[in-house]
Amino acid sequence: MNTRIDVSLTVNGERVARQIEARQHLIDFLRLELGLMGSHTGCEHGVCGTCTVRLDGRIVRGCLVLAASLDGAKVETIEGLSETGEIRDLQDAFIARNACQCGYCTPGMLLAAAELLREKPRPKREEIRDYLSGNYCRCTGYQAIVDAIAATAAARERASQG
Amino acid sequence: MNEIVNPGAGDRPNSYIGKSVPRPNAAKLVEGRGQFVDDLVLPRLVHVAFIRSPYAHAKIGRIDAAAALTIPGVVRVFTGADLARHCTPWVAVLAHLKGMKSAPQLPLPLERATWAGEAVAAVVADSRAVAEDASAKVVIEFEPLPAAVEMETALADGTPVIHPVLGDNLCFQRLNETGKVDEAFAAAHRVVEATFVSGRHTGATLEPRSIVADYNRASGQLTVYHSTQAPHMMQGVFAQQLGLAEADVRVICGDVGGSYGIKVHVYPDEVAVAVIAKILARPVKFIADRLESFLSDIHARDHRIKARMAVDATGHITAIDIDDLTGIGPYSVYPRTSAVEGNQVVNLVGGPYDFANFRARTTVVFQNKAPTCQYRAVGHPIATAVTEGLVDLAAEALGLDVVEFRRRNLMRDGSYPRTSPAGMRFEALSHEQSLDTLIAMMDYGGLRAEQARLRAHGIYRGIGFATFIELTNPSPFMYGLGGARISAQDGCWVRIDPDGSVVAATGVTEQGQGTEAIMRQIVAEAVGVPIERVRVISGDTLTTPYGGGTWACRGAGIGGEAALQAGIAVREAALKVAGAMLQVPPGALDLVNGEIVDRDSGQARLPLAELCRIVYFRGDTLPPDVPRELMQTRHFISKHYPFAFTNGVQASWLEVDVDTGMVKLLKHWCVEDCGRIINPLLVDEQIRGGVVQGIGGALYEHCIYSPEGQLLTGSMADYLVPMAAEMPDIEVGHVETPTQESLLGAKGAGEAGTAGAPGAVMNAINDALQPFSAKLFAQPFTPARILAALGKAPPG
Repeated sequence: MNTRIDVSLTVNGERVARQIEARQHLIDFLRLELGLMGSHTGCEHGVCGTCTVRLDGRIVRGCLVLAASLDGAKVETIEGLSETGEIRDLQDAFIARNACQCGYCTPGMLLAAAELLREKPRPKREEIRDYLSGNYCRCTGYQAIVDAIAATAAARERASQG
Repeated sequence: MNEIVNPGAGDRPNSYIGKSVPRPNAAKLVEGRGQFVDDLVLPRLVHVAFIRSPYAHAKIGRIDAAAALTIPGVVRVFTGADLARHCTPWVAVLAHLKGMKSAPQLPLPLERATWAGEAVAAVVADSRAVAEDASAKVVIEFEPLPAAVEMETALADGTPVIHPVLGDNLCFQRLNETGKVDEAFAAAHRVVEATFVSGRHTGATLEPRSIVADYNRASGQLTVYHSTQAPHMMQGVFAQQLGLAEADVRVICGDVGGSYGIKVHVYPDEVAVAVIAKILARPVKFIADRLESFLSDIHARDHRIKARMAVDATGHITAIDIDDLTGIGPYSVYPRTSAVEGNQVVNLVGGPYDFANFRARTTVVFQNKAPTCQYRAVGHPIATAVTEGLVDLAAEALGLDVVEFRRRNLMRDGSYPRTSPAGMRFEALSHEQSLDTLIAMMDYGGLRAEQARLRAHGIYRGIGFATFIELTNPSPFMYGLGGARISAQDGCWVRIDPDGSVVAATGVTEQGQGTEAIMRQIVAEAVGVPIERVRVISGDTLTTPYGGGTWACRGAGIGGEAALQAGIAVREAALKVAGAMLQVPPGALDLVNGEIVDRDSGQARLPLAELCRIVYFRGDTLPPDVPRELMQTRHFISKHYPFAFTNGVQASWLEVDVDTGMVKLLKHWCVEDCGRIINPLLVDEQIRGGVVQGIGGALYEHCIYSPEGQLLTGSMADYLVPMAAEMPDIEVGHVETPTQESLLGAKGAGEAGTAGAPGAVMNAINDALQPFSAKLFAQPFTPARILAALGKAPPG
C-alpha cells in the first residue's frame, strides 16, 4: 500500500515533481501534497462533483483519478483559473446573482460551468440544468446557478458581437 | 421609531436595509479561497479514524489494538474507557418537556453499541490514510444483541429495551388538547382521515462534519476549529464535559460547507476528538467521510401520523385530531433533545386555520437506528403536510375548490394578536394577503384550464397548495426554559477604527445564508458609513459577543437587532465627540456616508476619519469630560412573544407519468412574510434553497434500514438528493409584516421553503392522480409508490 511512484506534472502552469503514493487520488494529492485547498472532497466516489478539476483540458472527478497516473499531465484547479482570469466573468456573475451560498460546491460548479460554456457558448436553461446534473449543491436549489451561467453566456455573446 | 435610524426607509445615501447587496464573503468562495476546517493544517497535526459498530445492537467485548500499533505513523488507539476517564457523560433531556427521559452518553460507549455506525474506538495516526489502515488491524469482539429497529413495535412486549435503566423504549409523550374534540367529530358534517408518513432523511451537507481540536497543556487552553452553527454553545459543552473553564476554551468557526441544522448538535465522536486532543496535547483532526456522514449525522423526520379533520356543512373546519409516532434512535441528542421535532408537530398542526377543537399526541420512542434531531424546519414540513393533506381531503369531501376552502378557514389578516388552538401566540400574520398574492402570481385559473385540457389527452398534471406558519426568533421558551445552556439572546459589538472604517463582531454565525452580508448592511446604515467601510467578524468565541449562533431562523431577527442597536450606539457616541469638537449640540449633527454633517442642512462639517484621529491620537485636545467610546456592544432577546411566527403559502405544478410513476416538477411558487426584508436577493435564495430541500424529502431522500437495522442508503449513489436537472424554477413573492418586538422588525426566512414544499408537492401529486382516485400520503413519493397507488405495481 505504500508504493511510491515518481511523477512529474504541471499544475496551474507550475511544474511539480513528487513521489506519489500509488493509492492517492488526484484530489488528495492537490490538497495534501500541494496545499491547493480550493477543490473539495464531498462523496469520494464520483457522485457529487465538488472535486471537479481540469485534466488535460477536460473536467474530471478528482476523487476518481489516481495521481500516480498523471506523469506528464496538465492539471488546472480553481486557483489556476482564478489566477489567469479565464472565468472572471463567471465568478462575478455567481457573486452578483448569489449563486453560491456555503461555497463548498462552488469551485467544482464553476469548472463544470466553464466547460459547458466552452462546449456550448449559448446553452438553453434545460441544457445548463442537464450539464450540472453531476454537481450537487445543497444550498441554492440551483436556480441562481443556472441564472448566473445563462447571464454569463448572454454577456459573452453580446461582447463577441459588439 | 428611533429618531436617527428608520430601517428600511431607504432615504439616506447609506440606506442599505432592504436592498439586494451582494455578499462580501462570496468573492473568496468563488476563487476557492474559503477556509473550511479540512483546509487547516497545524504543526504536529494527527488524524482520527473511528471504528464504528457493524451491528445495530451489540455488546462490545475485548478490543485488541496490538497489531494496529505496530504500523508506522500510528500514535494511539482509544477505547470508550480510555476517554471516559477524561470526560463526564451527558443526558439530553429538557425539563419543560415533562417526563422526557434518555440515557447518559459518552464520547465512545463503554459496554454496548446501540446503532450501526456508532463509533466504538478511535485510531490516531499521522495521516487519515494510515489511521484507516490501522483501523482494519484493530480486533473488536462484538456480541450481536437483538435490536429494536421499528418504531411501530418499539413499545411492544418482547421488543428489547435499549436502555434497561430507563425501563422501556419511551422517550417522551405529550398530549396537546383544546376544546371538545370528540363532540366536534360526533357532530361533524364530514370527517376525513389519512395516515401520513414522513420518511427518515438527513441533511447531506456537502462539507461533512469537520473538527480540529488543539490542546496546549502549558497554557491550559483548548482551541477547537469546528464546522458548527453554535460556537458559544460548543465552547460551553467542551468546557463542561472536559472540566475546563469556558474562558479556557476557544471555538473558531470559519467557513461552513452547509449545515441546515445538522451542525448544531453535540456528536459523541466530535467530543472524542476534543478529549483526544487534551490527552495528547496536540492538534487532532476528524473529517467524516461520506459513509460516516450517512451513518452518524443526525437523521430526522421519521414520523407516522394518523390524522383526521371534522368539517361542518358551511365548509369550516371544526376539529383536528392527530396521533404522531416518531423513532429517534437510541439516544436523545444533546443538548436540544430529540423530542422537539415531535413537540413541534403537536404545536404546529392546524396552525394557519381558525378552528376551536384540537387534539394532538406525539409519542417519541427509542430504536436501534442513527439518532435523529433538529434538521431545517424541524417538524414544520411534517405538520404542514398533515394539515394541508387533510385540508385537500376536506375540500374534496365538500366538493369545494381547494383555494376556496382555504379562504374560508384561514385566520383573518386583521384578527391578531391571537392564540392558536395548539397554544401558539401570533403577533401578526398575513395568510389572506399571502394567498391572494400567490394566486395572482401563478395564474390559478389559467393553470386549472390547462390541467383540464391536457387531461383529455392523457397528460396528468396537478396543482398543490400548502399554507404554513414558521417559528422564528425563539426566546428562552424553546430551550433555556428546559435547562439547556442554549442562548436565545445574541450580541454585537461595533467599533470605528482610526481611519473611519468599521468592524462589527456578531454572535450569530455564517453558513452561507448571508449573515455577514446583512450585518454589514445593518451596521453601515446604523453607523452612517459606506458599506465598503464595514467588515464583519463572526464565528470566534474569543472575539465575538456571547450568542446562540444560527438556528431556528434567529440570525436576522435577533442578531440583526443587536447589530442595529450597537451601530446606533456607535453613531451616537461619534456625534457626542463631534458636538464637542464643533461646539454644537450632538442632536444638531448627523453621521452620513462617513461624514459628520449638519442634521438640518446636510452640510458637511467633519470627516469621520478626522474625528477618529482626534479621539485615538490627540485625545488631549478634547474637553476632559467628553466620552470617547467609539466601540459599543448591544445584546437583544425577544421579550414579548415566545417566538416570532411567520407565515406563507406555496404552490406546486407538476406532471405525473402514470405509466412510469415519475414526477416532473414544472413550476413552484412561494409567497412568504418574514417581516422586514433586509436583503431581498438573499431572502429569495433562502426560500429557493429551502423549497428544494423540502422537495428532496418529498420525492427522493430516504434513509432506508434493513429489518436488522443496517443502513442500506449509505452513499450518495443510494441516497438520492435533488440535482439541477430535476428541479423547477421557483417564483418567490413577499408580504412584509414587521415584528414590533424590535426596531429592525425582521423575522426569519431560512426554513419557510422547507416547511411548505413537501405538502404542496404531495397535494399536487394527488391532484394529478384525481381521475384515478389514487392518493399518496407516505413520503418520499417514489415512482414505485405512485405505481402501487395506481394499482400498477405491488405495494412496497
